[in-house]
Amino acid sequence: MASTETKTAQGAELAGVEAGLDALEATESDRTPFRQTFVHKILPPITAVVVVLVLWQALITFKVVDDPTKLPSPADVGGEFKDAWLQGTLLGFIWTSVSRGLLGFLFALAIGTPLGLLVARVKFVRAAIGPILSGLQSLPSVAWVPPAVIWLGLDNSMMYAVILLGAVPSIANGLVSGIDQVPPLFLRAGRTMGATGVRGAWHIVLPAALPGYLAGLKQGWAFSWRSLMAAEIIASSPDLGIGLGALLENGRNASSMSMVFQAIILILFVGIAIDLLIFSPLERWVLRSRGLFVKS
Amino acid sequence: MATTFAKAAESVEHAARLENVSKSFAAPGGQQLVLDDISLDVAPGEFVTLLGASGCGKSTLLNLVAGLDRPSAGSITTDGRPALMFQEHALFPWLTAGKNIELALKLRGVAKPERRGRAEELLELVRLGGAYGKRVHELSGGMRQRVAMARALAQESNLLLMDEPFAALDAITRDVLHDELTRIWQETGVSVLFVTHNVREAVRLAQRVVLLSSRPGRVARQWTVDIPQPRRIEDAPVAELSLEITEVLRGEIRRHGQH
Repeated sequence: MASTETKTAQGAELAGVEAGLDALEATESDRTPFRQTFVHKILPPITAVVVVLVLWQALITFKVVDDPTKLPSPADVGGEFKDAWLQGTLLGFIWTSVSRGLLGFLFALAIGTPLGLLVARVKFVRAAIGPILSGLQSLPSVAWVPPAVIWLGLDNSMMYAVILLGAVPSIANGLVSGIDQVPPLFLRAGRTMGATGVRGAWHIVLPAALPGYLAGLKQGWAFSWRSLMAAEIIASSPDLGIGLGALLENGRNASSMSMVFQAIILILFVGIAIDLLIFSPLERWVLRSRGLFVKS
Repeated sequence: MATTFAKAAESVEHAARLENVSKSFAAPGGQQLVLDDISLDVAPGEFVTLLGASGCGKSTLLNLVAGLDRPSAGSITTDGRPALMFQEHALFPWLTAGKNIELALKLRGVAKPERRGRAEELLELVRLGGAYGKRVHELSGGMRQRVAMARALAQESNLLLMDEPFAALDAITRDVLHDELTRIWQETGVSVLFVTHNVREAVRLAQRVVLLSSRPGRVARQWTVDIPQPRRIEDAPVAELSLEITEVLRGEIRRHGQH
């Protein structure tokens, strides 16, 4: 009896010490309040844009550049946007390019993912095409436009081909480096738990490789968008409709600098918006849930 | 020349049996012998610590018993697939504490409806009842090792292999986890093969201490520890036996400086 009582007392004491240690050592990770996010994240880029606009207007107002065919005023460029909006063509320009870019990116995803898996897991394939795959990343995808036009003619399939050649290497390489960086400890832990072969790949390797894969997707999107713009600028045809690249080229042909500016701003804005709306939140969510997200 | 995981139905009188196990690795200038002719039995429910200095091949030995590597000679038989705990917690950061345990249950074939309840029971056992939804990075070092312990126990193995699991923890936390491990070992009746280079830790925990010599690893000597549990690392009998073992250990190490 007495020994049982001591044991229980000791047990309770141990539980108390342990609860105290846990409370002392555990870290609470909470979200930053909106005000702070606004001051540190949203305000600075807005300020930067305003400063650029003010400088731009100053160049015009003080006649530093006095030639609207070289530098149109912010109001002229704004007028282009307003006209395109009122004519109902603005969203059409954006949609033509964005739908092409996203669809091409999805194709690149469907090809790059299995390709990356193959390169990461099969030694022969890695030795055979691994170096070429990394090398392709540094080949400007605009180089693919002339052959794609010759092979496929001036239609959408040629656009998709250029996007694929630009984005597939990034996506595949991202997955390969993600898999290469899986800590061996996770693989050993998985094996002792019985996760081998396909189950090991599904439960351990793929989730562990996810951050690297996402970084590859992000880069893949940037490459898709760049390749597409190159293709749209170079290859214009009435059948292709007017995307943002074609808009830029039309502006040049019409010697309308404000239309050129409009197109450049749209291309930049859409590329950033897709990244901010899709890829960055995805990446942040994955990193935060693993405690890898560093607040800056 | 292989590690055999015996079927659960076979009657076993050993949680693990190592017979004349040797292991060598390819090294510059030929083969390097890491483990030499090791024979060791762990009885069901027994707590054995393997003690040795650097280069005694303790971790290699555990890998062999866990089936992560094959012995060069000799045979190892265990009662089912052993669970293994590492010095680093090895919890998967993409899963919560509870889901880490559930993955072990899933890989063992436990049906989905039972997993959640079982995982919560195991967290209760390591006194982390409220931690089911916590992410790994939100837990302290000691809490992570307790979740890792719960995950290892989820494998319902008859043998728990521990590779210096508390070496990276601070002294206060380590002390508390010693108490916890003793309690859990007594409650579950699992056999434990615990590797450490800390003599007092070995004596504090074990029923039997096995001292390995270094380069190559051989069983140098064994001690039965019959100090009653609960023990404390500061207890006089623990200190006394530790001193005796340390002397022998130092003698073993000294031999390496003589040539």
